[in-house]
Amino acid sequence: MSFADALDQAGAKPAGKRPWFLEPQVEKVLAITMTLAQELAVVHQRADTLERLLRAKGLLAEGEIDAFAPDAAASAERQMWNQEFIARVLRIVQQDNEAAVMPDEATSGEIADDLAEPGEA
Amino acid sequence: MPPSPPTRANSAASEYDGPPDFRVIGRHGVFPETSHDEIERINFLAQMNRHLAARVVPGVKAAYDARVAPGFAARHQRPIANRHEARKAMLDDPAFATWSALRRMTMEQRQQAGRWTVIRQRAALNARARALTQGDDRLVLDPALEIPRYVAAVDHHCMPGSYHTEYAPDDVTNGANYDHAGFVTTGGLLGKYSDGGGHAVVQWVRRHLPDFAPRKILELGGTVGHSSLPLAQAFPEAELTIVDLGAPMLRYALARAKSLGIDNIRLVQASAEDLRARFADQSFDWVQTTMFLHELSTRALRNIFAESHRLLRPGGIVLHVEQPQYRPDMPLFEQAMRDWDAFYNNEPFWSRMHEMDLDAEMIRAGFAADRLIHGDVYGVVDRELFPDAALDTTEDYGRKAAWHVIGAVA
Repeated sequence: MSFADALDQAGAKPAGKRPWFLEPQVEKVLAITMTLAQELAVVHQRADTLERLLRAKGLLAEGEIDAFAPDAAASAERQMWNQEFIARVLRIVQQDNEAAVMPDEATSGEIADDLAEPGEA
Repeated sequence: MPPSPPTRANSAASEYDGPPDFRVIGRHGVFPETSHDEIERINFLAQMNRHLAARVVPGVKAAYDARVAPGFAARHQRPIANRHEARKAMLDDPAFATWSALRRMTMEQRQQAGRWTVIRQRAALNARARALTQGDDRLVLDPALEIPRYVAAVDHHCMPGSYHTEYAPDDVTNGANYDHAGFVTTGGLLGKYSDGGGHAVVQWVRRHLPDFAPRKILELGGTVGHSSLPLAQAFPEAELTIVDLGAPMLRYALARAKSLGIDNIRLVQASAEDLRARFADQSFDWVQTTMFLHELSTRALRNIFAESHRLLRPGGIVLHVEQPQYRPDMPLFEQAMRDWDAFYNNEPFWSRMHEMDLDAEMIRAGFAADRLIHGDVYGVVDRELFPDAALDTTEDYGRKAAWHVIGAVA
């Protein structure tokens, strides 16, 4: 099946050991970020296409999007979307900040050791 | 005062300086179908390369001048002596490292994007290619051909599977990927059919060899025919033979050429290092390579130069189009930047090839010193739609459509 093949093979690693220019974990995060930037550009262009098609069909007037004023309910929904989105994206910062005030917190492995019976490795 | 409304399309169009929209690219019978979002992915990635070249490289250069070169001199009590020292010193500099990481991942994203588009429609593409090429004796494949190490060991430009890997019977996957998404790297500098290099060669030949009327033309490493087909178009009375290692390239090349109405071509899967089983001595009037030599090895280059000498009739010409050689007057920073593709974009021979004495290699292959040819060419494109490489001041070290010609009259 072509979709399954694309999913499996589109991102194939090229032959030849990959060079790393930054600390590898950092470079991986940058690579993920740049792919998301790419996909953001794609979504932006799709929205722009939609707007232009709607204008061309007379369904959207020039300046109508910039002049758009959501009513109170729509405004609340949109602002909540922003809040949810940011909370998702910055989850790691929030969790790291939570951890900063818990210096004595144990790791799962330490708990496992605590829970171990005498003689268990 | 309220901000003035954005000015309309005309002024934006006249102000715009950058790659054209991918939608201006020329399509043909085996060109993959591209969705809206696939097109925009390619547009984004072409803009990434443009941004890195135009807006990030100047910072890399500034960091080299301000930090890298002085730092090296302070540590070693001498200036940087060669391009390898320059590159290695830059690896420790955050400006070069960040640019490199971004340039590498842009290429990786481009490969994934192009492969996704092609693989999702592979069965249909292969069927279209098969319909155009089945039973056509101008396509001669050799399934037993051994792929030399300089192609098999490292996938050039991070293109998974390179030129030769086949994923299905009658496969054209890698040809279609190479063809349609190469735009990301060239940013349209090679024109509507990615053939600006071929048109440049034709223009150069017409200007410098006005009486040259070839009947048999051979392009070595011609892949999908980007640079080759303009030769066949320019000399319709001639027969153009494309030799390449990769069956997916050659199948795609024939289907593409036929759908574009170009019929005076033949395609042969073989190693250009030894074509004795295919062609007799003095079989050709013209042997051409375009951006091919840097993907070989020293030994292969010598073999291919010798083959080109054997294959040319007296008075025939050989022309190799390549990025310029490193010369002592080329700044070390520029040399190191041009070397980037060799070390970080899987073009292992690029560095060594560009320091070779190609004149000496031509003479070693049997060409007379006083019959060598040197010249400069720029991509020739439809300037209404595409940027003009001769006028473009952006330096994208090693990737610009501005080349050197080395050749000879046999």
